[in-house]
Amino acid sequence: MTATRNHASVTSEGVAPARGESGYMAAAFTPRVLAGAFGLVAVVVLAGEAWAQLNSGAGQAGIMTTLWKWTPLILFGPKGEFGGFVLNIVVSFLAMAIGTISGLVLGLGLISKFGPVRSVAWAITQFFRNSPWLVLLFFVMLLTPFQIRILGLSIPLPAWLKATVGLALPIMANIAEIVRGAVNSIPTGQWESAESLAFSRLQTLWRIILPQCVKRMIPPWMNWYAILTMATPLISIVGVNDAMTLTQDALASEQRTDLLMPMYALLLLFFFVYCYPIARWTIRLERKYAVRI
Amino acid sequence: MTNAWTPDQPIVSIKDVHKSFGPVEVLKGVSFNVRKGEVVCIIGPSGSGKSTLLRCINALVPIEKGSITVEGQEVHDAALDKLELRKKVGMVFQSYNLFPHKTALENVMMAPIHVLKRPREEVEAQARRLIKKVRLEGKEDAYPGELSGGQQQRVAIARSLAMNPDIMLFDEVTAALDPETVKEVLVTIRELAEEGMTCMLVTHEMGFAREVGDHIYFTDRGIIVEHGPPATFFSNASDPRTRAFLSQIL
Repeated sequence: MTATRNHASVTSEGVAPARGESGYMAAAFTPRVLAGAFGLVAVVVLAGEAWAQLNSGAGQAGIMTTLWKWTPLILFGPKGEFGGFVLNIVVSFLAMAIGTISGLVLGLGLISKFGPVRSVAWAITQFFRNSPWLVLLFFVMLLTPFQIRILGLSIPLPAWLKATVGLALPIMANIAEIVRGAVNSIPTGQWESAESLAFSRLQTLWRIILPQCVKRMIPPWMNWYAILTMATPLISIVGVNDAMTLTQDALASEQRTDLLMPMYALLLLFFFVYCYPIARWTIRLERKYAVRI
Repeated sequence: MTNAWTPDQPIVSIKDVHKSFGPVEVLKGVSFNVRKGEVVCIIGPSGSGKSTLLRCINALVPIEKGSITVEGQEVHDAALDKLELRKKVGMVFQSYNLFPHKTALENVMMAPIHVLKRPREEVEAQARRLIKKVRLEGKEDAYPGELSGGQQQRVAIARSLAMNPDIMLFDEVTAALDPETVKEVLVTIRELAEEGMTCMLVTHEMGFAREVGDHIYFTDRGIIVEHGPPATFFSNASDPRTRAFLSQIL
């Protein structure tokens, strides 16, 4: 049913693909998916509850109560501070923005007509695509100072910002590859006809090739966003108050082994609820744009 | 950059042009002249270098030896301003190559606005006239994907004309079309020819070449085997290769 509607919108290619996507949230969280996700958490919580009943003494709060108590902290961070799951999302947004813009530039370097530019862009891309994210993260944390001085003004560089840059680097390299692949996938006839109309190379890229690439790049771009978001707990290792760090803090202050599984299950649920719709939406867009040409 | 070209001299002059792709020599010394307002048809078997020759004229493909001048300007020149040359030479391709993300009207308007920097209102008025001229009135806002092959090819012709070129190159523009739509494209080209546009066509449409062409060139394996005005060329071909080719086609 949705497929036929997508076909209809494909024929008018320049039209913004706004139609039909408002309902994707509802479509992603079908009752079955919701039941599955919450069922999983419920099983973990109940198992923990049962185990607690067997082992613990009196005077302990129930697992649900405890989870509920910590939820605001894990989601929004300590009062008056920047942290929690919100920080993960902000870091993912920022890293994606930095990675996309720099990736676009790097990707254009990969298709440059000037050999040295192409070689340098290629080396950078390969390096950051094939390095473990965690190691890159440590590198950036250790390489950059905790504050910079500009005109006598010292600007502090908070750890989360440095971590964001660390995560943006591999994203940049992968976006560059997406750009290169998309540009190469445009038929050479487009270049030829633009050239014969006296468009310069830059004009051809900007006005003719890249606009056609956008649709092709969106699904893989969203895919990398989901991967990036799920990788944001890595920044907890370099001392940032993200949802992962706060979950561990909560566990440390509770000192209850029966909470381990339920707490991490809750954290998983947060990420799932955020990332699953993105994954569904990506698949939809992939199907939709696959029918083109 | 002094250009002493006057309209009574050949508008395109091709002298001993050689071009190789790797070990394959596609053009082995081709020479001929095209006068202003002339309609030249280049025919010949596939792989004889016809399309390559057209692409050399607007510098889409560089040549290795020889000389091509367009309005007196040498194309085989490292210092050539390719963009200036291409403003004078329009080209239409077999596969239309319209920009799929733009409407028919926008396709026609893009180059004059962005390349020639002409004012939008003026360009739009001209583009609407051109779309009318190729008989596509009402299709201005259609995207290429919504148009038939013949319609797309006519938009492509209008798109080239919008640059007000002095010469039009047509590279097998009807080869990808079905027989009924071939006609509508040929009608458009014939009208152009009648208006005095200098046209160079690579084509397999012998009937059209005979009817519209002022001069026919037959190429085979990178050389011009035979040429002449259509009346003599089609009835009195002397070279056996030309005869063999024509007997297969006609």
